[in-house]
Amino acid sequence: MKVRYRALHPFDKEAEERHIQEDHGLHPYDEYLKPGRIPHIWCPGCGLGIVVTAFIEAMKQKNVPVAQSAVVSGIGCTGRVAGYLDMDTYHTTHGRAIPFATGLALVRQDLIVTVFSGDGDLFAIGGNHLIHAARRNVNLKVICVNNFNYGMTGGQVAPTTPIDARTSTTPFGNAEPSFNLPHLAHAAGAVYVARWTTYHARQLVHSISQAFDKKGFTFVEVVAPCPTGFGRPNKLGSGLDEMRHYREVCEVRNGADPSEVEIRLREKIIVGTFVDVERPDFMEHYQSLVVARAQAKAKSKGKGKAA
Amino acid sequence: MAEKDLLTGEHFIHGDAACAEGGIAAGCRFFAGYPITPATEVAERMAARLPQVGGIFIQMEDEIASMAAILGASWGGVKSMTSTSGPGFSLMMENVGLGMMTETPCVVVDIQRAGPSTGLPTLVGQADVMQARWGSHGDYGCIALAPSSPQECFDYTVLAFNYSEIYRQPVFVLADEVVGHTTEKVVIPRREDLRIVARAEPQAPAHDYLPFDSAGPLPAPMAIAGAGYRVHVTGLTHDERGYPVITDVVQERNVRHLVDKIRKNADKIIRAEQIHLDDAEVVVVAYGCTARVARQAVEDLRRRGHRAGLLRLITLWPFPSQIVRRLATTVKAFIVPEINYGQMAYEVERTAGGGVEIVLMPLMGGSIHTPEEIEEAVGEYL
Repeated sequence: MKVRYRALHPFDKEAEERHIQEDHGLHPYDEYLKPGRIPHIWCPGCGLGIVVTAFIEAMKQKNVPVAQSAVVSGIGCTGRVAGYLDMDTYHTTHGRAIPFATGLALVRQDLIVTVFSGDGDLFAIGGNHLIHAARRNVNLKVICVNNFNYGMTGGQVAPTTPIDARTSTTPFGNAEPSFNLPHLAHAAGAVYVARWTTYHARQLVHSISQAFDKKGFTFVEVVAPCPTGFGRPNKLGSGLDEMRHYREVCEVRNGADPSEVEIRLREKIIVGTFVDVERPDFMEHYQSLVVARAQAKAKSKGKGKAA
Repeated sequence: MAEKDLLTGEHFIHGDAACAEGGIAAGCRFFAGYPITPATEVAERMAARLPQVGGIFIQMEDEIASMAAILGASWGGVKSMTSTSGPGFSLMMENVGLGMMTETPCVVVDIQRAGPSTGLPTLVGQADVMQARWGSHGDYGCIALAPSSPQECFDYTVLAFNYSEIYRQPVFVLADEVVGHTTEKVVIPRREDLRIVARAEPQAPAHDYLPFDSAGPLPAPMAIAGAGYRVHVTGLTHDERGYPVITDVVQERNVRHLVDKIRKNADKIIRAEQIHLDDAEVVVVAYGCTARVARQAVEDLRRRGHRAGLLRLITLWPFPSQIVRRLATTVKAFIVPEINYGQMAYEVERTAGGGVEIVLMPLMGGSIHTPEEIEEAVGEYL
C-alpha cells in the first residue's frame, strides 16, 4: 500500500533549550533537578514536593553523589518524581519499578538505587514485587508516598484507603480494610522501616539519610496530603489543613511494633522508625552461596565440555 | 574463567541449553526468569552457568518481574535475557512494550507450546508468532528469529543479541518445544569466528547527547546508568532528550522512529533459507521444527523429479515480503504448514497478492506435520 504521512516536525534542540528557564541554577537544589522540567504537574497542596525536597536534602547531607544515583519510579503522581531529578532516572510501567530496579541494582552494586513510587503502584499492582524484593533483601531504597488513593486517575480507592473513606469508586464509603504498610514491609523482610508524614520534613530527611547508609531493602512510608483526590471527598480541607491534622494527630513512637501502626480515617497516626536491623542482602548471599561454589566447581572440572 | 564463557567445541545438548550458551557467548551476564515448561531448561542452564562466568541469575516472582528486571539490568550496562513459553510470554508483553518504548536491548527466548491459556504445556505449538509481532499495545518494530535446530538455537540467540544492540530493542528468539527439547550436536565456534556486537557507548559530551535521537537510520548509543549522562528513561511519549512530551507532534516522531528503525533496515535484518526455489512450481513456507519436516518433504519430491521448493523463514519478523512477492509471480502455490490455525500463512497471502494459491496446513498443537502430508498437499499443484 501507499503511505501518506502527516508532515514530521524534527526535533529542534536549540528551540527546546530556549524553553528552559533562564533562572535554572539559582536555587540551591537545582543541581538535582533536570533543567526545563519545573514547574511540575502536581496539584496545589500536594505533598510530593516536600518528599522530593527531603530526598534531595538527604542526598546533600549524606554527600550521595548524583553520578552514582539512580531513581526508578512506577506510574502515578509519585511516578513522576523520576522525571524531575537530574540523575539517571527510570519511569517504568505501573507496579514494576521494583523488579526493574532489582535488575539495575543487582548488576550495578556501585549505584544507589532508589525506588520512588506511590501506594497504589507499590502495594496493589506491584504488591507481589515489593514483598519478594523485601524477602530477597535487594539493595533498594524504597520511598512510598502514601496519599491513600489513586491520585493521577482522579481519586479512586486504593489498598491503603482506610475503611469507610470516600473515593470516586467508593462513593458510599470503602468496604475494605486497608494495608498497614510498615507491617507488611517488615513481615516481608525489610531491614529498615519508617513512617513519617509530610509535616515531619526533618525526620523524613533523617530517615532517608539512614536508609542511604543501610545495605538491603529499606522502606520509608511518607503519608502525604492529596487534597484533590482524597481530601475533597472526605472533607479533609486543603493540603494545609491536612498538614495541621498531621500535627494534631501524629504520635512519634520510634521502635513501635509495626503491627500496631494501622492508619484509620481521622484517627491517630503513629510515626517513627519502626525497624532497623541487619541481614545479608541478596548479592552477599549470592556471592557466598552461589558464585563461590560455582566457580570452585568450574575450576575443578577444568576446561572443555559442559554437557 | 576466561574459557568458561565460550565453550568452544562440540556438544550434545538440547535447544534450550543451546539458547543459554548462545546468550552467554554473546555476552549475556544477567538472566531473570520464571519456571515454565518447556523453557525451564534455559533457566536451569543459566542458573548453573552464569555464576561461573561472573554473571547473575535470579528467579523472579513471575514473568512480569522477569521482563522488568532484564530491562533494568540492561540499563545497568549488562546484556540481559529471559526465557519463557506462551503463558509467560503473554505476561511479559507489558514490559516488552516498555523495552520497545525505552529502546532497551535485551533478548526474550520463547519456547512455544500449544495454547491458548495453559493449553498443552509439554507439547509443541507455534501460535505465538502474531503475539511476538503485535503482543504489546501500540506500534513498534519487531525482530523475531525462529531456530530449527539446537545449533540454530545457539546461533540465533547470538544473532538476537547482536540485533538487540544494533537496533536497541528487545529481540525475540521464537523457538518451539520440539526444537527446544531436541538434543543434537551443537558446535560452539572459536572466539575469533564469532561475531559479537558490543554495547555502543555515547561519545558526545552530555550537553550534546540525545539518548533517543530519531534523526538517523539507527538509534543513538545508549547511555547506561552511572555514565554521567543523567538520562531520563520513560515509557511515556518522549522527545529526543528523553523528556516526556504529551503531544501528537512528538508522538508522531517517537513512534515512527520505533517502527522505522526496523522497517527501513529490514533488508539488513531479514534472513531466510531458499532451497530449490530457482525453478520451483510449488513452494512450502515453513519455520521452526516444521521446516525440518518440510525440508524432508521437498527433498523427497525433488528425488521423484518434482519441482518443489522450500522457503525457510529464519526471521519471522521482519517478514521476507520481497522474496514471497518475487516467487508469487512464478509459482502455482504456496503451502504453509504451521502449528497454529494460520499466522504466517496470512502474511504469505498478504504479500503474495491474489494471483497465487495459498494453502494453509494448520495443526492446533501437540504434534508435528508428517513429510507425507506435506508432499500430498504439494502434489495437488504439481
